[in-house]
Amino acid sequence: MTGKDEAELSRLLKAAIAGDERAYADFLHRIAALVRGFARRKIVQGGVDPEDVVQETLLAIHVKRHTWRPDAPVLPWVYAIARFKLIDAFRRRGRRIEVEIDEIAETFAEPETETISERDINRALDGLPPTQRSVVSSISVDGHSIGETAAKLGVSETAVRVSLHRGLAAIAKRFGRQ
Amino acid sequence: MRTEDLIKALDADARDKAMPLGKAWWLAVGVAVAIAATVFLATIGPRPDIMPAMHTMRFMSKFVFTLALVASAFALIRVLSMPGASTRRAMAWMIAAPVLVVLAVVLELFVVTQADWGKRLVGSNMMICMSFIPLIGIGPLAVFLGMLRYGAPTRPVLAGAVAGLLAGGLAATFYAAHCFDDSPLFVATWYTIAIAFLTLLGAIGGRLFVRW
Repeated sequence: MTGKDEAELSRLLKAAIAGDERAYADFLHRIAALVRGFARRKIVQGGVDPEDVVQETLLAIHVKRHTWRPDAPVLPWVYAIARFKLIDAFRRRGRRIEVEIDEIAETFAEPETETISERDINRALDGLPPTQRSVVSSISVDGHSIGETAAKLGVSETAVRVSLHRGLAAIAKRFGRQ
Repeated sequence: MRTEDLIKALDADARDKAMPLGKAWWLAVGVAVAIAATVFLATIGPRPDIMPAMHTMRFMSKFVFTLALVASAFALIRVLSMPGASTRRAMAWMIAAPVLVVLAVVLELFVVTQADWGKRLVGSNMMICMSFIPLIGIGPLAVFLGMLRYGAPTRPVLAGAVAGLLAGGLAATFYAAHCFDDSPLFVATWYTIAIAFLTLLGAIGGRLFVRW
């Protein structure tokens, strides 16, 4: 099961890096489910919302996907990032926890589905410059494509791509800085 | 924002490509060497008798130590900046440079009479050594800390310290071409202090700047 997961995720991520958006969406959905399971098991007391950790991990995976070597396994890379973001989330809330390094074996969690609540990421989104914010929320919350967003805002697709990229990078950076 | 929605935004940004980290590290080393070489040549430069010096064991041994440090620190910092990569082997190789220095010190103690130990250790240049290794290394250290920000080190303080070791090894390689004190006793003492200073600086830089 784990070996098959690994091979499939590796295939999807390679395709995504080569520019296949459908493979990337598939990859991110699978990763979200795995990290959700991981975060829920690690967060036993309150204070940290597992879904925040899922979102921060996905953002970090996105902006740091050039740190994955195509010949390296995907899951240890994903869980190392998830563990880092989990510790970070606790640290930001004034708690210290240790998540042991050698826990990879038990982290192959069953995928879990999302629950809704207020997200840290919303606050980060609110902090963006207006153009970036409208582009990011048009594509994410409203579910518009790049082209639709460009038409709606009356700017070029390239400008939308640039704003989206900068907006996401800025949100990711905000989590790292807090 | 729901996670679903976030994925839509990330997916729309899929086309954006960044340089793979492994390649970027080689580029960073190239830039760091260029900076160190520029500072070195603009300030102290190589010693005038460098050609005959290259035929002596003691002079050449300095490059063996510093390049061993550069190679092992480079291998380690690369894996430290990639999440989930195993650091065990690269960590073990970090022992190479210290072992070589210790062996050379022991040899030196055998071949040099005890009366000369102090003179060799103090040398003639220790203040220059302790100021120019950090001076040559500070630019490369900034480059390497920048690379750590580009990467994703899950242990930023350790990675910053290794950035300091790498910058220190690089700076010491250049400095060694200037320095007249070739005794391993001198190298083991003053080079180590200068490199330790850059290592400490790197660890602080890792703590303060390497957030992601």
